[in-house]
Amino acid sequence: MTRGLATRLGAIAVVAGLVVLLGATMTDYHRGLGAHVAIYFIAILGLNILIGYTGQISIGHGAFMAIGGYTTALMSNYHHTNLIATLPLAAAISFVCGIAVGIPALRLSGVYLALATFALAVSVPQLPLKWSKWTGGSNGIRTHTTPTNTWIYTVSWICAGLAFVAAWLLLRGRAGRAFRSIRDSELAAASSGVSLPIYKTLAFGVSAAFAGVAGALFVLVTNGYAQPNEFGVTLSLEILIGAAVAGLGSLYGTIAGALFVGLVPQISTSVPLIGTGHGQDVVFGFIVILIMLALPNGVAGLLGRLDSRFKSAIKSHSAAS
Amino acid sequence: MVAIARKTKLSTGASLPVLLGIVAACIFLLVGSLSSTIFAQQTVAGLSQGAIFASLALALVLIYRATEVINFAQGELAMATTYIAYQLTLWGLGYWLAFFLTLVISFVIGLAVYGVLIRPVQHRSVIALVIITVGLFILIDGLVTWKWGADLKFMPAPFGNQVYHAGGVSFSRQDIGVLLVSILSVILLWILFQFTKLGLAMRAAALRPAAASLVGVRVDWMLAVGWGLAATLGAVAGLMTEPYVFLQPSMMQAVLLYAFAAAVLGGLESPAGSVIGGLAIGVFLNLIGQYVGFATSELRLPIAFAVLLVILLFKPTGLFGRRQVRRV
Repeated sequence: MTRGLATRLGAIAVVAGLVVLLGATMTDYHRGLGAHVAIYFIAILGLNILIGYTGQISIGHGAFMAIGGYTTALMSNYHHTNLIATLPLAAAISFVCGIAVGIPALRLSGVYLALATFALAVSVPQLPLKWSKWTGGSNGIRTHTTPTNTWIYTVSWICAGLAFVAAWLLLRGRAGRAFRSIRDSELAAASSGVSLPIYKTLAFGVSAAFAGVAGALFVLVTNGYAQPNEFGVTLSLEILIGAAVAGLGSLYGTIAGALFVGLVPQISTSVPLIGTGHGQDVVFGFIVILIMLALPNGVAGLLGRLDSRFKSAIKSHSAAS
Repeated sequence: MVAIARKTKLSTGASLPVLLGIVAACIFLLVGSLSSTIFAQQTVAGLSQGAIFASLALALVLIYRATEVINFAQGELAMATTYIAYQLTLWGLGYWLAFFLTLVISFVIGLAVYGVLIRPVQHRSVIALVIITVGLFILIDGLVTWKWGADLKFMPAPFGNQVYHAGGVSFSRQDIGVLLVSILSVILLWILFQFTKLGLAMRAAALRPAAASLVGVRVDWMLAVGWGLAATLGAVAGLMTEPYVFLQPSMMQAVLLYAFAAAVLGGLESPAGSVIGGLAIGVFLNLIGQYVGFATSELRLPIAFAVLLVILLFKPTGLFGRRQVRRV
């Protein structure tokens, strides 16, 4: 256990060091990309708490990101609230919305929950269009001040770090055990005294709060604009894919998922065969399918497999000598 | 463990109150149509849109019954096959020749999707299957945008633009044509399932795979044919959607959501239910758009979502589904 903990702390230190180092040396454009990775990291972390640890599927987390994002944009636009101050507010409002979705979700599971949350992802971006007087309709609404890429990079990664610590603390304790027991067997969890309604809605709320913060930062990184298109179904699907690539039920894989979702579409804008512009979706979709076929447990599962193979190799080696 | 018993009977499974409700709704629509021309027009337009939702919903239900997969890429598959039909018409084929050729092509595509993507992971978690179809969603979207571009494309109008007048009510020929084609394809499929040996084998493979294989049914092939038929039905839905919204990569995304709502309304495992659900949602959305001022076009999707959620919460088995028996 201590060896595992040491490697994990080491890995965290390496990632944190890289983030600081890259932040100091990268160009402004790449800092924007880096901020995107941090934002996906937060959202995927939140979704992983829900899907990976509690076993409830959601294809609608883009909706919670939209709620967080619009909170920030509206507060900043109408009340000139400090941007940092809008982040906890975005988290709180998304948390409440998450609870509100989580309560009806208690009655659903599996494909039915997937369908309901998918519908959520499709319909929430329509709401700003309906009330366009306040939200600017399809043109979107802009924050009062527009932060620089350096600012957003710093803030996003600090938030990502805080989110990671929060998720770790939550999952290692009582709530985390309750979540995992619900995932493994609802019946067993309930008969051991775990309250299903409380912990399942809690998981939804927490996970939505993460998504809300991610959404708020997402608005800031797109020049402070909150637009319905930006929060479309694709965003929800991207986060889901990120969680699958990371490996469900693994906090440490999250960074791989975030890198995948944040960077692969950007890198693959120009593919030799397909040319510029439309290559990203082809490559992205193709890789997603390949990963699901080849790596059922995502990157974290792959690392775990390699690790155990490495250990058994050492064991047989020492046994031979 | 979920008991297998829930899928053994093929009867509609509708209870008396549900049947009475449907009859009441039909009478309401009939009386309304007779007393108001606008109502009649909206009802017919709603039925023809609902028929599109119904065919896509039926495609979803076919796949769900056969392989317990919700195919999130169903709408995008339909969209892609519509583009194939468009390409065929560009090459000089007549509309209806292109139509039927496209149905054959989409059948093959459906077979291939099952064989390559779904079969290898069929016994893994719901989440894995959902993500594979989501990946397919993005892949198809990308491929179509790459090949044909994201701008609007136009196909020849299959039914022309005439408008019929009957007693002060005007029906567009397009609405009637779409309604007929969609309903006809659904009926053909029903005949296939109910009265042919192939249909019997497919039902057996979906309901009791192990028993079916013991009596000589090639289960994998039957499931693949199910996927193929679903893709064909999706192609019909796509081609019938095209006259309304024209060709664009996002043309089927809203339709897919309505189809989800329709399938859930019908009870996700009931083919008849999905068709009735599709028609009901089409008519409901059109009438509410006409008569409720608050329900503007931006709210069509949220309203469909609300319908879906209400059904899921209060009658998760839908109008025609049977209660899932859980055995511990």
